[in-house]
Amino acid sequence: MTGTIVAGIGATEFSKDSGRSEMQLAAEASRAAIVDAGLAPGDVDGMVTFTMDGNDEQELMRNVGIGPVTWWSRAPGGGTGACASVQQAVAAVASGLANAVLVYRAFNERSGYRFGQPHANAGPPPLDWYRNFGVDTPAKMYALWFRRYMHAFGATNEDFGRYAVSARRYAATNPNAWFYERPITLDDHQASRWIVEPVLRLYDCCQESDGGVALVVTRADRAADVEAPVAIRAVADARHADASITANYYYDDLATYPEAARCAQLLFARSGLTTADIDVAQIYENFSPLVFLVLEAFGFCGPGEAVPFVAEGNLDLDGALPTNTHGGLLGEAYIHGINSIQEGVRQVRGTAVNQVPDVEHALVSSLNSGLVLGRL
Amino acid sequence: MTDRPVAPDARFFWAGAAEDRLLVQRCASCSTLRHPPAPMCGRCGSLEWNTLDASGRGRIYTWIRSLHPNRPDEEPRIVVLVELEEGVRIVSNLVDVPHDGPFDDLPVTVEFRDDRGARTPFFRLVDDGAQP
Repeated sequence: MTGTIVAGIGATEFSKDSGRSEMQLAAEASRAAIVDAGLAPGDVDGMVTFTMDGNDEQELMRNVGIGPVTWWSRAPGGGTGACASVQQAVAAVASGLANAVLVYRAFNERSGYRFGQPHANAGPPPLDWYRNFGVDTPAKMYALWFRRYMHAFGATNEDFGRYAVSARRYAATNPNAWFYERPITLDDHQASRWIVEPVLRLYDCCQESDGGVALVVTRADRAADVEAPVAIRAVADARHADASITANYYYDDLATYPEAARCAQLLFARSGLTTADIDVAQIYENFSPLVFLVLEAFGFCGPGEAVPFVAEGNLDLDGALPTNTHGGLLGEAYIHGINSIQEGVRQVRGTAVNQVPDVEHALVSSLNSGLVLGRL
Repeated sequence: MTDRPVAPDARFFWAGAAEDRLLVQRCASCSTLRHPPAPMCGRCGSLEWNTLDASGRGRIYTWIRSLHPNRPDEEPRIVVLVELEEGVRIVSNLVDVPHDGPFDDLPVTVEFRDDRGARTPFFRLVDDGAQP
């Protein structure tokens, strides 16, 4: 146990054009999370976000009336910042350096700029190791990694499509999801255009979204004052020197995901739990193949076995490991993975739209970082 | 060698490329090879290094077809992650691609070409890409 809880969650709607500033999205989500926690903005004394977030802490404090703040930090990397931000909040609270820490992420990553597209360049790109050769979008950066998995285990794009169908099925019954009431079939998936052949089709890719999500982490001994407290059973973040944020090309075996495996090992050691104790999982998927690598890294199935694991329906509500029950980043929205933490909280509270019965423990995985939520 | 911006730690690589040499950084203390270039050896901490002239031979460790690389009107390219026979991996593109793939594990050899004002290492399939 970490001695900490998620006391509140808050979010804006998820859209393709919010019509307001990123700061407003951050303020709306943050205020909603603080209210949900049963706190006043003045009770919040710590703030954490991603290094990539564009919302200045001081400005957000002024908008929401937060503080005084005596501790803040940011988590490096992209989507791995989701659970890694929570780890920093947990560290601050557990060490006594803060009492209540706001974790937030908000952007107009569809209407303001296109997160998934190459940056326009006026001339030839600098002489780097990737962009120079046309590896200039997240889809291409990751697909080069995922292709090795396909080759090692004979996985096909159709195999990945079965995950996409599952995510869109969950999204179809989630009114907060962008793809609410718009499920897809495997044929739809296979008919969608190639984004990066032979790895990713359109329906393998997460969305670009506008929106904000926030949550509040505080001490477990304050749970009595919180309407729906959720225990943070464990949190972990693992990085290895032979990788980089968007180019994991230098591991011994690219058909594996060593950081996620190390994260899993830490989470299970710190919580005293095993894979059998996990009732529901939210797994960050900027692209559908990542779910397969993470399932194997966590030991929910063996190397190469995620393909049949997914095909057999284990990610469904009545399966062995209901996964991305909000529709995931493919189906709900891409708020850099922090919306998946929100879904984990809802599953433990019992308030998810696609609720798994009797959830004791929910896993949230965001690339190299992860956390286990549970009942108090 | 070129007017295009290049990171300071990578200058030797592109200077080598300008002479059609594929240089791999090697720790002067423990001889560990490293790519991409870096100022310090992650194994022994030495700041001293020299370079190895790689043979240019290797295998395709993984690959993708990159549609409109960099600009929407550019031709698709095959991006490859080549594992050089010396043991390090490097991202590049295939040239004169004789078939549509798959390209996994196929042997390749380096071929230097001018690319937008910079001599650049690309790779060519050995034996026209016959499957091993």
